[in-house]
Amino acid sequence: MTRPKVALVDSGGTNIGSVRYALDRLGADARLTSSADDILAADRVILPGVGAAGAGMRRLREAGLVEVLRQVEQPLLGVCLGMQLLFERSAEDGGTECLGLLAGEVVAIPPAPGLRVPHMGWNTLTTVRDDPLTAGLTAGTRAYFVHSYAVPVTADTLQTTEHSGTWSAVVRNGQRWGAQFHPERSASAGSRLLTNFLLEVSP
Amino acid sequence: MTLARRIIACLDVRDGRVVKGTRFRDHQDMGGITELAARYSAEGVDELVFYDITASPQGRRVDVAWIDRVAREIDIPFCVAGGISSVEDARAVLQAGADKVSVNTPATRRPELVGELAREFGRQCVVVGVDSLRDEDGQWRIRQLTGDPDATRALDTTTLAWVERVQELGAGEVVLNAMGSDGVRQGYDVEQLSAVRQVCGVPLIASGGAGNAQHFIDVFREADVDGALAAGVFHSGALAVSDLKHQLHAAGIEVRLDDPVPAVVP
Repeated sequence: MTRPKVALVDSGGTNIGSVRYALDRLGADARLTSSADDILAADRVILPGVGAAGAGMRRLREAGLVEVLRQVEQPLLGVCLGMQLLFERSAEDGGTECLGLLAGEVVAIPPAPGLRVPHMGWNTLTTVRDDPLTAGLTAGTRAYFVHSYAVPVTADTLQTTEHSGTWSAVVRNGQRWGAQFHPERSASAGSRLLTNFLLEVSP
Repeated sequence: MTLARRIIACLDVRDGRVVKGTRFRDHQDMGGITELAARYSAEGVDELVFYDITASPQGRRVDVAWIDRVAREIDIPFCVAGGISSVEDARAVLQAGADKVSVNTPATRRPELVGELAREFGRQCVVVGVDSLRDEDGQWRIRQLTGDPDATRALDTTTLAWVERVQELGAGEVVLNAMGSDGVRQGYDVEQLSAVRQVCGVPLIASGGAGNAQHFIDVFREADVDGALAAGVFHSGALAVSDLKHQLHAAGIEVRLDDPVPAVVP
């Protein structure tokens, strides 16, 4: 099949380079862009992001990308902060309005004895619902997480992870997916998820 | 808990090569940066840390060209340390593809740097490396400029007070380099790490002293650290990362394994 054209949304986060390199390793035709035309014309759209929700939404607003992302109808994948921004609100930075593409709110991971925050490292995935995006990521597969805020389990949760609570690790509603972990830094599990996003999910 | 304890390979970088010394001195060439990064990644290490050990003593920034090459090559997280003394230095390193930056000497000179980095990039990107040595009065105190023995300075700040301070400022992780143990492979400084653990609510990484698998088992069990970092024991081939992971698993310690391993009957 022809390689899908991927628009990697230039949201100003510092993991953009890593996500692009991961797509390059998979042989994807990925372009880093903040152009509405490029984003809306792509076969796949990825919203990366690292850092705080307030700064992340501010960058999207300043780049005029909030409405553009709401118009995207092709498969869209939010990664880490990019996944959190797909939801309605985040508790981070004193409360941040997000894109509202998925129902739910992002909350702080509560401190618990013996459990450190940020949640940083390789944690296991538990499947709630099978999906083409998570094909091959069987129960017990480990992925690399780094975050202090998290999405509780919602009706859209495909996979969860445990760290001072049970959190959404992968979500989906319609053509919108999100991964809380970093596929670009999750070794074979991460490249499988990105490959699935490029080839298995259908518009 | 299901979060894996992390095994971290540390690559000391000097003039574009990976080197390893004993007690921070007498460095030997261990190989090329991207070659070693790819090798450890393939062996199943969970994370890599690159220390540009000459950057701070020479007053220069870390070179970003090799960071970009590493970021293209590997698909596990990595952290860069050495000579990062401003938000702009950190931005260059993170944009080149590093997942985290670690600050050490510059944070001892200007602690506000830790907060500036956390506000700009999020605390999950900000690691504070702490070089610590026990003084004659029994207190652990921090050192700066440890990349060059002639430049190394002892500070008045106690290690425990410093670890508390950097967390308040915004550190997302602490790497505790026990200089008294470093390079001699007699085991991690479990006593010091246990004391630091009591005041450290963010991830804590043990560094200095790993010589065999039992040292890793001990430090995870006794000091409850989130990760253990080693260099020489991996570089020399004395301990393979994959063998270490299986021994940790057999000891009941949660680790990431490439392949499913049958459960061990206790």
